[in-house]
Formats: sequence, C-alpha cells, structure tokens
Amino acid sequence: MLHRYPKRVLVLMLALLALMIAYPAWGPAVFGDSSAFFMEKLTLMLIFSLFAVSLDLLVGILGLVSLGHALFFGIGAYTLAMASPDFSPASMWWMLPLVMAVSGGVSVVVGLLVLRTKGIFFIMTTLAFGQMLFYYISTASFTGGTDGVFIMFRPSLAIGSADGASPLINLDDPLTFFYFCLTLLVVVYLFLRWLTRSHFGQVLDGIHDNEHRMQALGYATTGYKLIAFVIAAMIAAVAGMLAAMQYGFANPAQLGWHHSGEVLMMVILGGMGTIFGPILGAFAYELLLYFYEHLTPHWPILMGLTIILAVLVLPKGIAGLMLHPPRRSRASGLKDTTLVERLTPKAGDPSTSPRPTAKSSPGRSSS
Amino acid sequence: MDLAFFGVQLLNGLQYGLLLFLIASGLTLIFGIMGIINLAHGAMYMIGAYLAFDLTQRLGNFWLAIAIAVPIAVALGLVIERLFLDTLYRRDHLYQVLLTFGLILVLNEAQRIIWGGDVHSVALPEPFTGSIALTDNLQYPVYRLFVAAVCLALAGAIYWVIRHTRLGIIIRAGAVNREMVEGLGINIRTLFTLIFSVGVALAAFAGMMAAPISSIAPGMGDSILITCFVVVVIGGIGSIKGAFFGALLIGMAETFGPVLVPSLASMLIYLIMALVLLIKPRGLFA
Repeated sequence: MLHRYPKRVLVLMLALLALMIAYPAWGPAVFGDSSAFFMEKLTLMLIFSLFAVSLDLLVGILGLVSLGHALFFGIGAYTLAMASPDFSPASMWWMLPLVMAVSGGVSVVVGLLVLRTKGIFFIMTTLAFGQMLFYYISTASFTGGTDGVFIMFRPSLAIGSADGASPLINLDDPLTFFYFCLTLLVVVYLFLRWLTRSHFGQVLDGIHDNEHRMQALGYATTGYKLIAFVIAAMIAAVAGMLAAMQYGFANPAQLGWHHSGEVLMMVILGGMGTIFGPILGAFAYELLLYFYEHLTPHWPILMGLTIILAVLVLPKGIAGLMLHPPRRSRASGLKDTTLVERLTPKAGDPSTSPRPTAKSSPGRSSS
Repeated sequence: MDLAFFGVQLLNGLQYGLLLFLIASGLTLIFGIMGIINLAHGAMYMIGAYLAFDLTQRLGNFWLAIAIAVPIAVALGLVIERLFLDTLYRRDHLYQVLLTFGLILVLNEAQRIIWGGDVHSVALPEPFTGSIALTDNLQYPVYRLFVAAVCLALAGAIYWVIRHTRLGIIIRAGAVNREMVEGLGINIRTLFTLIFSVGVALAAFAGMMAAPISSIAPGMGDSILITCFVVVVIGGIGSIKGAFFGALLIGMAETFGPVLVPSLASMLIYLIMALVLLIKPRGLFA
C-alpha cells in the first residue's frame, strides 16, 4: 500500500501543486482585495503540511504515536529567533543547517530516552518531554518567557552574492516566501516518498508490523527508529522555522502539547501512513479552523466535535476515501479480497478448476 | 531553611502528592483495566472545581455542593463512556488520544461558555477555616490537613476494594485477561462503565477538594493532566501502588523544587521522569 498509489492520487497532488503555483493568476480574481491575506493562509497551510508529513513518518510509517512533536517545531522557531542578529537578516544558507543541527541534536537525546518505551508509554513520555521544554522556555529569561521573542529580520537567501546585501530571492516578499515554502514541501514530500520506498523505509514498515520479527531477522531496530525520529524532528523544526518567519515571532504555544494534538489531528484527518494524506489533512484542518473561527467565538467546541466525529467515522482519513472508495466495500465484502478471487475457480478455465489451492500457493509462499 | 519551614513544605508536599494520587489513580485504573488513555482526565478535574465553585455560590454550603457535584461528575463520566468510548476499546491508542483530545476542546470551551474566562475562588468551608500553630509565627491551615486525610482515606478505600472485595477480584482479573473474565460470564461492559465513571469522578472530586485552596481558572486541567501523566509513567501504568508513591514523589518535588533548585524547578519533575525511564523504562512498580 505504501508503494504505489492509484493514478487519481497523483492527479490530485499534481492538480493541487498546479493550483498553488498558479495562485497569483487566480487568487486576486477569486478573493479580490483579500487575496494577499489568503496567500498568507495558504503559506501557513504549506508550513503545517510540512509539519504533518514529518509526524506521519513516526505515526503512520513507524507506528509510534508522538504527542510531543511540537517540541521540535518550537525548537525550529526558537533557534531562528535566538540565532538571528538583532539589526540585520541572517543568511538562510547557515540558518537552515543550524536549525536542522539543533533539532537533530535534541532529537537524538530525547529519542534515545523515549524510544526505550512503546505504545502508551511512548505517547505519555513524548508528551512529557514536550511539556518539559514548554515550561523551560516559558520561564527562562533569555527566551522572553510567555511573551515569546520577536524576529526582526527574516533570513535572506542570497544566491551568487555572499553578503546577502542584494538577495536574489527576497523572502520578505510574501509571494516569494510562499513559493519558497511550496518548494520545501515538494522536496520533503519527494524525499519521504523515496525514503518510504527504499530499503530503509521497508525496514520501518516491518518494525511497524512486527518489531520482534525484525529483530529476529537481525535488524537493530532501535537504530532505525532513532534515525526516523531524528529525520522527523529535523523536518518539523524546518516547519517551525518557517512558521516563525511567517508570524514574525517565536512563542511557547508553538511547542505546547495542544499544538502536538492539532498536528496529530491533521495526520489522521488526512490519512496516516500515506505521506500525501497529511498534506490534505493540514489543508482541511486549517480550512475548517478558518471557517469555524468566523462562525463563532466558541469555535473550539466545533473543532472538538469535528475531531470526535472524524475519529468515529473516518479513521483512515481523506486518503482512505481516495485509496479505497467506499462504494466497493461492505455489500460485497468478501469479493474484495484477492485471496478469495484467486482461490475461486473460474468457469471455463481448466488450469485452475481442478486444484485451485495448489495453483495459488507458490505465489503466496514466496512473500 | 529552618526546621519549621521544612515541616510546612513537607506537609504541603504530602497534601499535594495525595491530591495528585486521587487524580492519577483514576487515570491509571482506566488505562490498566480498560486499556484507554484518557486525556480528558484533567478537564474533569477542572469541571469538578468549577462545579464546587458554582454550587457553593448557589447553595451557600460547600459540603452540600460536593454532595450534589459528585453524582453529576459520575453521570458525566457515564455519558462520555457510553457515547464515545464504547467504540474505541478495540482500536489503537492513537484514536483514543485523538477522541479524548477532542473531548478536552469541547469540555474546556463548555467551561468558558458556562462560567466564563475569569479566575474564581471558593472560601474555606466550616469547620476547617482555622489554622494550627506549628511554631510561634508559623501557621498551617486545617483544611489542607483535612484534604490530605480525605485523600489518604480514599487511597485506603481503593486499596481495600481492589484487594479484598469480589469487585476487586474482577477488576484485577479484567486487567490481566479481559476475554477470560468475559468467558466466565461476567459483564465486562458494565464493569468498564463503572470503572470509567468512578475514575473520572475521582478526578472531579479532587478538583472539588482543591477548589478552596487553589485558584479556579480556565485550563487548570491541562497542567494537572501532564503532571499526572508523569506520576503514572514514574509509578508504572496500571499500578495503583505506583501511582501512590509516584504522586508523593512528584508532590514533594513540586513543593521542594522551587526552594532547593529554583533554576530547574519548572523542569524538575520531567528530569525525574527521564531518570526513571533510564533505569526502569516501564516504571518503578510495573
């Protein structure tokens, strides 16, 4: 299921990408004066998509439910805020590696501890470690406490000129920043699709299904899990850095556990384990949020009910609907299973009718 | 730190730890027996505190308010279990986490709609308004001692029910092997409903007891939930004994931390948890 998706998924993702790229062409026509505002919304959706796909690597691919993933999102935001010079923009060329290095370093330490646990313990310990940093940053003096820190200058991305005085790509321009986020999302998406189909990804998939068997096969599963944990943390930190650039500040709420819960919801709403699903989930979640916020000041109650409803009726998310459209299931439940199809002798096919089981066994035993 | 001050801190830590135990015991029972991770547990603590505040205002009597609020909390637990959790027992923890996260949003916002965003307080109830003089200039409020005593009595009651009653045998058996208990003709569904309602009511009751000695504010359930998670992880999930000693340890750490190691105080309990995880990943009493 991880390996090939139906064509409609590819079509949808490409259509979404084309729609994003062409936003300057249709945005002003559709949204009029608020076109710039909606582009900022879209930028945030792209950033949260990045955050959501990073969590999908843990929750969907590896089967580890983290309730502290916002920890790394926050580390990205605060690394940017702390490392930015006060009176000039930093260079993206070293800011991006720095953010990844800091989050990578923290995730190794946290990962070594939390990966000692499984299942419900993993949920609780990731939650607790996330809160540990939340309280630390909320009370520490150098981080501006609960108010957070303002980021005076967005990092600049200079190509060709080393000083960044005349940046070729001006990230202060909302449209350029929007395309910058889109590019990063595409790169990360392709990277994760490649990773999940690689040998490494197969091992992660195997650990998800049965870790003991993978250990028996000679895989040092903890090492694999740690590498996946670190990769997920680094991507989340990049998302956090982008979010801090977009908001113009870093704030403790960005690493609080409500934020971890939200991103988990994006993953499930979109469909976990599919990489493309969480992107749809992030868009759907942010659109719902926008809609509810305009409907009532008590929007959390609507969001809460939506989450409960999604868990009860849509456990496989939007991606689940796309990969297995509901019209073919239920009524013909048995007919769907390929095993039954293979074992059922077809009329007028002499090769399968005498001993159907013997025919089908060689193919199955090799898997 | 002189001896009297140390004594006051010790009493505070003990009282806070026992209160934590009351909340954490429900959390650990619900997980240990039902296999459900209930994030909305902290929200029930908050609702308990607000119920105590609201009913005390209306009725003018704290004890009467508690007598009415406890059945309300039990009923709320019953409704939640029947409406939402019924479908979740056979599903992954992930969905339990999300559903109860959704419940937190709903309950927190319901609190804002009903009681608003202000911070409230409840007066110390009679006859526990006084203080005991520890030394010439150090007083200790009687109500805090009373809370500690009530929590201790409830801890004893929980221990007695689980160890020495027929219901306790079923609970322990259900925690070990659910199918076997069902196979013996015991209705595990009714048991689950009971456990969840009682567990959630314990959290709400803790909120009621805490109402006169803490400020009643929106989101008060969130921080206590995380603290209780730390307690449960340290003690070992599903272990009542672990919850008891874990709660006392964390209660002491939270009261002595700001005095002894102010720079680390906000992180201290998490550092303790990390240490426990390093030595015993499944908790001290699992």
